[in-house]
Amino acid sequence: MTDTTSPTSFGAPQPDSPLSPTAANEVPTTRPLGLWADTWRRLRRNKLALVGLGIITVFMVIGMSQIIAHLLGVQLTPYDPNGVDYALSPKGLGAPPSATHPFGTDYLGRDVLSRTLVASRVSMLVGVIAVAIALVIGLSLGPVSGYYGGVTDAVIMRTADVFFAFPYILFVLLIMTVLGPGFVNVFIAIGLLSWAGYARLNRGSVLSVRTMEFIEAARAQGASDLRIIFRHVLPNTMAPVYVAIAMGIGGAIATEAALSFLGIGIMPPDASWGSMISNYLTYVPAGSWWMEFFPSAALVLTVFGFIAFGNGLRDATDPKLKE
Amino acid sequence: MGERLLEVTDLSTHFFTHAGVVKAVNGVSFSLDRNETLGIVGESGSGKTVAALSLLRLVPDPPGKIVEGSIVLKGRDLLTLTEDEMREVRGNDIAMIFQDPMTSLNPVFKVGWQIAEAIMLHQGKGQREANRMAAELLARVGISDAARRANEYPFEFSGGMRQRAMIAMAISCNPEILIADEPTTALDVTIQAQIMDVIREMQGVYDSGVIMITHDLGVVAQMADRVMVMYGGRTVEYGPVDEVYYNAHQPYTWGLLGSLPRLDEVEKQRLTPIKGQPPNLLLLPPGCPFCGRCPYERPGCREAFPELEIVGPGHGVHCWIPLDERVAIREKLPHFMARVA
Repeated sequence: MTDTTSPTSFGAPQPDSPLSPTAANEVPTTRPLGLWADTWRRLRRNKLALVGLGIITVFMVIGMSQIIAHLLGVQLTPYDPNGVDYALSPKGLGAPPSATHPFGTDYLGRDVLSRTLVASRVSMLVGVIAVAIALVIGLSLGPVSGYYGGVTDAVIMRTADVFFAFPYILFVLLIMTVLGPGFVNVFIAIGLLSWAGYARLNRGSVLSVRTMEFIEAARAQGASDLRIIFRHVLPNTMAPVYVAIAMGIGGAIATEAALSFLGIGIMPPDASWGSMISNYLTYVPAGSWWMEFFPSAALVLTVFGFIAFGNGLRDATDPKLKE
Repeated sequence: MGERLLEVTDLSTHFFTHAGVVKAVNGVSFSLDRNETLGIVGESGSGKTVAALSLLRLVPDPPGKIVEGSIVLKGRDLLTLTEDEMREVRGNDIAMIFQDPMTSLNPVFKVGWQIAEAIMLHQGKGQREANRMAAELLARVGISDAARRANEYPFEFSGGMRQRAMIAMAISCNPEILIADEPTTALDVTIQAQIMDVIREMQGVYDSGVIMITHDLGVVAQMADRVMVMYGGRTVEYGPVDEVYYNAHQPYTWGLLGSLPRLDEVEKQRLTPIKGQPPNLLLLPPGCPFCGRCPYERPGCREAFPELEIVGPGHGVHCWIPLDERVAIREKLPHFMARVA
């Protein structure tokens, strides 16, 4: 078209091009902070959110390494988490924490630390997969609902209302009964149940974005409805969604624990924090507190981490709180 | 003038609301040739923007609907196309520059990407090629250091630069027709002149027809070849710019011209505003929409809309006042007296 840029390089400095920044015309500029840099700057001042972020990081590292170890068939725990050794469980009440077994052993003589570590795999997977399922459904239906309005909106939002109106655990129980118990089914059940929150949250933002002039400009450029919804509207509505994701992962982990506690979640010999809490509960009156304490602490700490980080993220992205 | 690009006949666009039918555009006809600039002037609510959006079939439906007329673009009636075919027209054959550059760019995408998107969409170019072309276009509309600027977000651009970027986006697919809907209203006067220059320059490069929607008669005088004056959703007068400015026949056009300050005034004169408010488009009288504000209204004006009367080469007017009386009234208007003097 013109000779103003060379045909091969886009954005690369060319000494002979009038467009390239040269020493003479390069003006030092302070680039304004982007959304993430700005958010991080404010998040950094929130100590609780940083603690949350630290917990999440530790949890992610442990969870990911357990998943990888499982896939490779390697044992990444001090002991075999399913290794029964009655010698380590005098009177069938396990052994209290010691130098060799820092978290103690359980009623079958299994190492509680190893089991707690392995169980992080389930929590990690449930957090990621359940929330991913919920996001895919919620972020497809929510924007479509808000963008088209009318009958489409009514049908989708009333369906979401039904999901909201039903008691959560009862609904999971229903789905689990239909799907049958199992590792993956837990993820699906939790995912299917939490889409409505994301859909409703996103629909609200879409309603305000869709009337903006750049949407009309995109339409005048010949963009199709789907392209406008997912390419132009959706990215403008993501800030609250990120917060909901952080909170949602914590919620999904807690829900899995609740399901496993009720005996409809993860089945033995797979360990999850919820199933450990459930199984070891009967030994607490006899004084074996450690079996119950460590998986509970891991669960509480992880959920707390996600919620603290989510809260901090919400405050940091809230324009009303900007100074 | 060049080849005929667009022929709009009896276009009517109405909005069907709870309160009643809002007749935003009523039987408007105009044409546009290659390389020509048509100015559409009128105050707020006169139907200018709705007429332009109708060309792209972007009037929100519901409640809006093009109820009548034809829009023929190079032999094809746009009103008979399917939505898919229409999407090909948008951006590719007819492109639009919007009023407020501050809100017309998507805040979450880099400016270069947004221009490249249209190129990828309509010309099937790859990402790299489209990016390169986007930077070229930015350079062409006068953005310095365009390759770096293409990698920036809209919030890093000033208002004038954003409007330049909007123009770059609009011309990215070499459209036959460029619709500029009050492109400088949101910008200050010095930037306004620059943007007008860019639009005119791009028109020269791409041989496009330009439809310039504005309420600024100064902009029209500077830019347009022909002008169409709209009021209450109707065309009240149209013609070549000089004809309409120096030989206006419609009381509304006189009112518009009389409310402008003039640099060549012999003695200081007060500006004469048009009294009253624009008509409620819900309750339009069947007759001339200017009734009620027109100082020369006479019995019968409210009964029916006057037929088109040709008063000069390419110069048409809709008015019930007989021709000789109109000329006599005009001779006494201060605005036209100043010119004679």
